[in-house]
Formats: sequence, structure tokens, C-alpha cells
Amino acid sequence: MAARKSTKKPNVSAEELTKYYRDMLLIRRFEEKAGQLYGMGLIGGFCHLYIGQEAVVVGLEAAAEDGDKRITSYRDHGHMLACGMDPNGVMAELTGREGGYSKGKGGSMHMFSKEKHFYGGHGIVAAQVPLGAGLAFADKYKENGRVTFTYFGDGAANQGQVYETFNMAAIWDLPVVFVIENNQYAMGTAQARSTSTPDIYTRGAAFGIPGEAVDGMDVLAVKEASERAVGHCRSGKGPYILEVKTYRYRGHSMSDPAKYRTREEVQKMRSERDPIEQVRDLLLTGKHASEEDLKAIDKEIKEVVNQSAEFARTSPEPALDELWTDIYA
Amino acid sequence: MSSGPIFTPEGKKLDMATEILMPALSPTMEEGTLAKWLVKEGDTVSSGDILAEIETDKATMEFEAVDEGIIGKILISDGSEGVKVNTPIAMLVEEGESLDAAPAAQEEAPTAGAPAAPAAAVAAAAPKSQPEVDTSPDWPEGTEVVKTTVREALRDAMAEEMRGNENVFLMGEEVAEYEGAYKISQGLLDEFGPKRVIDTPITEHGFAGIATGAAFAGLNPIVEFMTFNFAMQAIDQIINSAAKTLYMSGGQMGAPMVFRGPNGAAARVGAQHSQDYAAWYMQIPGLKVVMPYSASDAKGLLKTAIRDANPVIFLENEILYGRSFDVPKMDDFTVPFGKARIWREGTDATIVSFGIGMHYALEAADKLAEEGISAEVIDLRTLRPMDLPTVIKSVMKTNRLVTVEEGWPQGSVGSYIASEVMQQAFDYLDAPVVTCTGKDVPMPYAANLERHALITTDEVVAAVKQVTYR
Repeated sequence: MAARKSTKKPNVSAEELTKYYRDMLLIRRFEEKAGQLYGMGLIGGFCHLYIGQEAVVVGLEAAAEDGDKRITSYRDHGHMLACGMDPNGVMAELTGREGGYSKGKGGSMHMFSKEKHFYGGHGIVAAQVPLGAGLAFADKYKENGRVTFTYFGDGAANQGQVYETFNMAAIWDLPVVFVIENNQYAMGTAQARSTSTPDIYTRGAAFGIPGEAVDGMDVLAVKEASERAVGHCRSGKGPYILEVKTYRYRGHSMSDPAKYRTREEVQKMRSERDPIEQVRDLLLTGKHASEEDLKAIDKEIKEVVNQSAEFARTSPEPALDELWTDIYA
Repeated sequence: MSSGPIFTPEGKKLDMATEILMPALSPTMEEGTLAKWLVKEGDTVSSGDILAEIETDKATMEFEAVDEGIIGKILISDGSEGVKVNTPIAMLVEEGESLDAAPAAQEEAPTAGAPAAPAAAVAAAAPKSQPEVDTSPDWPEGTEVVKTTVREALRDAMAEEMRGNENVFLMGEEVAEYEGAYKISQGLLDEFGPKRVIDTPITEHGFAGIATGAAFAGLNPIVEFMTFNFAMQAIDQIINSAAKTLYMSGGQMGAPMVFRGPNGAAARVGAQHSQDYAAWYMQIPGLKVVMPYSASDAKGLLKTAIRDANPVIFLENEILYGRSFDVPKMDDFTVPFGKARIWREGTDATIVSFGIGMHYALEAADKLAEEGISAEVIDLRTLRPMDLPTVIKSVMKTNRLVTVEEGWPQGSVGSYIASEVMQQAFDYLDAPVVTCTGKDVPMPYAANLERHALITTDEVVAAVKQVTYR
């Protein structure tokens, strides 16, 4: 794996490090709670957890500015929390309640926030890639200097529409960062069994799109790469590809027994590469925070997550007449 | 829930207890087998530890702890089958808090009541009074009209709307420098420049998605498909992204855009280039579907489509592009969606059609008139929304109905109309509805076979004679 590591001495303040820790921990605890609510039957259907991949969105968002857009696939809870969407609204959408971001009509895979410039939440693998380029097309059309983060997985990277989009994004210089979240398994198919190139970002070369691989378990490496990518797009040079090498600890979805990999493989990642533990170590060894400080953050996050679960449990189901609304504008 | 104090194996009393419930591990799981505990009473567990293996009907799954604590008591033993989801299977305990503080049993997963049917779905078989319909003319009487081709009318509609709204742009294959494969976009590049009249690569799936994304962000794209046959490459973006996002986002964002291009058979281009998609798109909630016949409708409806806040499928026809019709000379001429046009009044039978089907319908009505049969001819103009009241009102007068379209018979537009008329006006029908469609075959190339595969005027004449028992 040629993924770039972060520079030795991270040029990052204690406040920033603490923020990354907090943001990643929120996603981890939120997802654990979502898994629990799923087990209790409060969340139905498909539920794809982001546990293990937290450093990707938190690192990417570190370089985002107000008004920048983001769009992703169905493994979307982390992206929503990272861009500042309310955990209550996200969790209540998971339980299909009135207080959810889509009033309970979208579910885990289909959530949106116009306010936070989050454009979904898309259930068809790779459909979000041209849509994301379209968001960037609109920004270029309006000449507003915004950048769109278009996330997709290693599995989506084998869909034809990705390359149709690369081609158009390149000829039209669209300000879009294509973020390939390579968690190494397209559902149950390991990358080597499905994908001709070990480093997927190299496919951009065929379209003249620059790119790089980055260690997705290292939030600081992701942040540095995100700054390069965003800078490139914002300066009018067109699209950029970031392949973020990451790992999901849980199954593809809740009903995946994950027999395609060993428990040892998962355990090794967890114990040696965990993105949250890495930042925790940096905070402690750099004396940026004490054990007590971190415990206080843990407690605070736990409360936020418990409150979101409580909200999601008690928010009423949508009124039956909601069935017939929002079909036409 | 077990009652009474809980003791660890060492006999230590513990007060705070959390139930660990049998989890649902798939969207459809109701019960499962607790195959194997991987922890025992007294073990300390933390979040992420694997507690047990659970067999569902599909797989054996590992069940992880979410909370930290001590396994106080195992309630369901290894190998138990048919354990219902949400049954307590163990108690997780913690020191120092009272048992009363233990969370109550989880509330049941909510069960939705039966959804209320929309009022319109509960049809009366025999309306007491004639339905209200809008019969106002499309333009004020006395307005000057100009003979205009459908081709020019479409171009004029786009140009007028692009002048009025900076956010409208046209994108598609050969729309700019070539001025349209069928010369619909003549002059638009000159007037609006390459920012707003955009040649795409041959990549329907991709550019339909890019245009939909641009619409999410507030632009108003017009996507030209060189023909709708190629839109099958893009249909996932049209339906899953453009049509459904408003609903899925709870009304936060949608796709105010138009997908347009020639649809249906042209001439001698064979099976892959000769298909009518009216019935396909008509089925999709979230889409509006327009299929004009005349030039004034092409212009007035395309202007309405570009202004609409929803994704509109605008089905044109290559053979009609060169036909001329009267178009009113007005500053801003539009035609509303959901309003059929009665082209010809009659008393003996109603012929309903749309798009190029109108050509056969009108020609048949002329021939029938020569034989003393008076046919009323209705052009639906938009298929979604569909002006069924105008059709039903006409059927209440003529008591006979023939539908005409180029598409295939199974699941046709006509079969939907026949079904609605049967449900809403059964008592007014004096004969079974006849649906005239294209033949149930891929389009052949040979000239004689192609003629036979399409609907013909003679078939429409025969259908009207059949429903009038002549």
C-alpha cells in the first residue's frame, strides 16, 4: 500500500486534535448505538455502519469551507455527523420517525440536509458520482468558488458511470474531489478479486486527473491530503482523486456475517491501526490532554448519543398523510 | 425480565441491571437460535466484544456487546432454538446503582396502521354528474397565429425560457456546435454561448446524472437525449435520482429539470431505435410526462416543463418535427399540464390519443365522418398528470371509447385508461373499450413489415366501427 502517511511532526494544534478525537468518537459511539437499536428492531431494513472509517470523513471535512458540498453512498451516517448534522435528526431518520431528516421517508440510505450542503445518502452504488460532479457543475456555473466532496467506495469504482464522470469532470474542469473510500471489500468481495488495479486512484491518469493514495486510518494524513485536493479544485484546476485506504470493522450491513475475512484480520486492524486510538495517543503523549480530559469527552459524547437514541425512540411516527406529500414540488 | 437481586458467581449482590436482548440481525429476522455463548457469567465485557453466536435462517452471526459491564446472568442457554427477537437473553450488571434504575423493557417496534387511500383511488363506478373540466381555449380568440414547425416551436420555447432564466441550460450530444442531431437547437449556441449550450460526450448515464446533480443544486437543466432509446442507459438516474429525491429528502431538494428528445418509431431504423416509452415513464410517481402532437403544444408545454419544479419527461417525435401547425403570436404562450385538448367534437365514439397517435386518430375521424360516424377526438397532451375527467365526460356523451398509441399492448397507456374508465364510468359504456396499439413485436426493418407493426388509420377506423357496432 503506497498510501501516504502524515508528516512526522503534525502541524496541528491541540484544539484541532481534540476536535478530530471528539468528531471521530461521536461517529463511533453513534454507530454502535445504531447497531444496538437495529438489534432491538427499532431500525429496519439496511443499515451500513461506518465503524473503523471515521478518520476519512473527519480528515476530509477538516479542509472544507462554508458552502462546500458533500455527497456519498448508503454508508452515510459518518458523513452526516462530520458535516455537523444533528445526531437526533439522523438517528430519528434511522428509526423512521417524524423528527428524522427526511421525516422518516428516507431511512438510513437516503438522508439529506440542504442547510449543511449534504446531498445524500444514495442507495444505488456509484449513482452519487455523476450527481456529485453535477453539484460541482452547478458551482462552476455559478462561479461561487465552492468544492464538492464526492465519496464512493472501492466497489463503486468498478461502475461505468464513474469513468463517464471522470471524463466529463476533466474536460469541464469541475471543482470536485473524488474520494474513494477503499475499505478493501465490496460487500464480501476483496479488492484483489474485483479490481484490476491495486491503487484505484491511478485510474484517474487515463483522464488526466491527478490523485494520490492516503492512509485512511490516520486522520492527520487525510487532513493534509484533503487540503491539497481542495486547494487544487478551488484554484480552478479541475477534479482531484483521493484514494483513502481504510477498513470497516463491521459487516457490510447489519445482516453480513463477514465470513470473507478472518477475525484476526479485523482484530489486527483494531488493535494496531485504530484511527481514534491513534489520536488519543497523540493527545496523551503530546500532553495536549489528560486521561481525565478524554474521559470527560467520552462522557459528553455518550450523552449526546444516548439523547439521540432517546429522541429517535420517542419522536412520533410520521402522520399517515405524509405518505402523499413531497412527491411533487 | 428476571426479578429480585442478582448475584455474581462470587455471591456479590449487584443492583444495576441492563437486559441484553435477542438481536434482529437481518431485515426480516423474527427469531433465531442462540448457538453459543462466548462469555460466561461474571465475565467483564466492553463495547465491541463478541458475546455470542446467533444463527439466523441465513447465516451464523457474531453478536457484539454495546455497553460495558459484567455478565450477571445468562437467561437463555446455548443451543436454544426459536428465540424471539427482543427476548432478554442475559443481564448486564454494574455495581453501585439500584435495580429500579434498570431500563424498562424496550417498547415494541411500532406497527404502522393501514395507510389511508387517496380520495381519488376510491372510484365511483357511475358519476352522478359530469366531471368538471377546463374547456377554455389555449389562446384568446382573435390572436394572430403563425404557421410554425414543431422543430421551430421547440427551439423557440427553449430560447424564450433561457432568456428569462439564467439557470436554464441545455446539455446533450451534438446540441451545440452541430445544432442538434435533429436540428432542434439551431441558433442556441450563437445566442447563449458554450456555458449554457453544452456538447456532451456520448455518455447518457453520466450526463443524466451530472444534470440531475446540477438540478439538486438549483439549476434548471434541459437534457436532450438524441433519442429516448438511448435514455435507457440513463434510466436509473432519471428514476432513482431525479424522480425520487424530493420524496426521500422529505421535501428538502428535488430535480427541477427536463429530459427531452424524440421518442417512438422514426422510419426504417429497426428495433433498437424505434420504441415508445410513454407507458414506461407514465408509471413513475415524481415524474411528469408530456407527449405533444402539435407545434403550439410543443412550445407551450415545453415552456411549462422548463418552469416546472419537478423532473419532466418530454417525449417528442421525429416524424412530427417537420410538421407545421398554428402557433399563437404571444409574448409568453404556455399550455398547462393536465389539460387535454378536444381536437374534434363528436357524438358516436370517443378516440383518445397523444403524440403521433393523434395523426392516426384525426385521419380516422375524417374517414369515419365520410361514413356518417361522428367521432370525438381527444389529445391527452400530458400523460402524468392525465386529464381523465375530460375523457370520462366525453365517454358519458358517446358511451364508446377507443384509445390509440404507438407503444406495445401489454401495460399500455390505453390499458390504464380503459381500466380507469371501467372503474369510474362503467354504467356509461355501451361497448368494451378497444385499445389500438403497436403490434407486440420488436420493430422490423423491412418496409412492409414496419408498416404492419405500427398502428394504422384503418385499424383505428375498424376499432371505432367495432365499438359502435357498425
